[in-house]
Amino acid sequence: MNPLSEFIRGITKDNPTFGLVLGLCPTLAVTSSVENGIGMALGTLFVLVGSNMMVSAMRKQIPASVRLPIEIIVIATFVTIVDMVMEAFTPDLYSQLGVFIPLIVVNCIVIGRAEAYALKNGVFYSIIDAFGEGTGFLLVLILIGGIREFLGTAIIDPFGVTVIDASAYMNPAMYMVLSPGAFLTIAVLMTIVNYRKQQKAAKGG
Amino acid sequence: MVEKALLTILLEGVFVKNFLLIQFLGLCSFVGVTKDVKSAGGMSGAVVFVMALAATASYALYNFVLIPLKLEFLRTIVFIVVIAALVQLVEFILRKHVPALYRSLGIYLPLITTNCAVLGAVLINVMNDYNFIQSVTFGIAAGLGYTVAMLMMAAIREKSNIVNVPKAVGRGVTYALFVATIMSMSFVNFFGVIPLE
Repeated sequence: MNPLSEFIRGITKDNPTFGLVLGLCPTLAVTSSVENGIGMALGTLFVLVGSNMMVSAMRKQIPASVRLPIEIIVIATFVTIVDMVMEAFTPDLYSQLGVFIPLIVVNCIVIGRAEAYALKNGVFYSIIDAFGEGTGFLLVLILIGGIREFLGTAIIDPFGVTVIDASAYMNPAMYMVLSPGAFLTIAVLMTIVNYRKQQKAAKGG
Repeated sequence: MVEKALLTILLEGVFVKNFLLIQFLGLCSFVGVTKDVKSAGGMSGAVVFVMALAATASYALYNFVLIPLKLEFLRTIVFIVVIAALVQLVEFILRKHVPALYRSLGIYLPLITTNCAVLGAVLINVMNDYNFIQSVTFGIAAGLGYTVAMLMMAAIREKSNIVNVPKAVGRGVTYALFVATIMSMSFVNFFGVIPLE
């Protein structure tokens, strides 16, 4: 086990969205723009790192029968911190993301990693794992947010920086920033991922 | 702020702001438990029940305990604990009285605890400053909206077992998401029903 491969694993093989298929709700709900996606992913990353660290540090003291309530309380604590910090320092983003910030509590990625990884591994590797999963989540949200924002508004401008402006050349499809666009984008991306996996399996056996 | 009429809240919860198709709350169960109508119905029943109870309990706790003690910032932690306790209760009742349903729901019942739909409904109640009747109405409405979408999805997936699908799409999550795209397209058109403030 080396730290770098553990980190990369969270982005590729155990990617929260396409590998483990966890945390679908925020992936779909906050990706109407790149900016929202980044804000959400950073909040989740912080909670992931904090909860993985705490759960891993306490793993020898937690009795198996009450581990779930303890994990949830630990996660809820970190979510409350994120909630208050974002409300104070980034009020615009906070009102955009709305109910989904406190809902990081029930994001399956966070509790899934606490269950599957932090309870079995040391503090250092748990933090690495959290960073890997968090970064994987961030990249997915940027990708989906980018596709939807581009097709839906023809302009990608996270945090006031215009990356692409194609509004002169195309008619944006409003559906892409509404809910059907979210379902469609992730369904198409998942089909591509499945296709790649099946091709790989057919080749390698 | 104008008091929202109960019918508005009901229509909003079931159609205009459908939890699964428009707000994206509770998607894990939407793709996980909709392989057949029977378990989708059972899961929905459990969610409606827990949501109505959670709306009641959280309203009481928030207004009579948290606000007087100035502990509003603890709401996320308190609500998740309330929901977890309620889920345990429902699980206990089902195991005792409806063992067949209990077996078919299997691992999904404990998952209501981490089902964002229930916590989402409770938090939306607090964020909108709903009064008691409004909170409970919204809890039930959101549960009904969840049920409508779950049953539609399960029925479509059951019927489509005889259809050919591309191998890369399969019959799992990806397939469900494509079906959801089309369902969501039709639900988006409910936006006109209630004029935006």
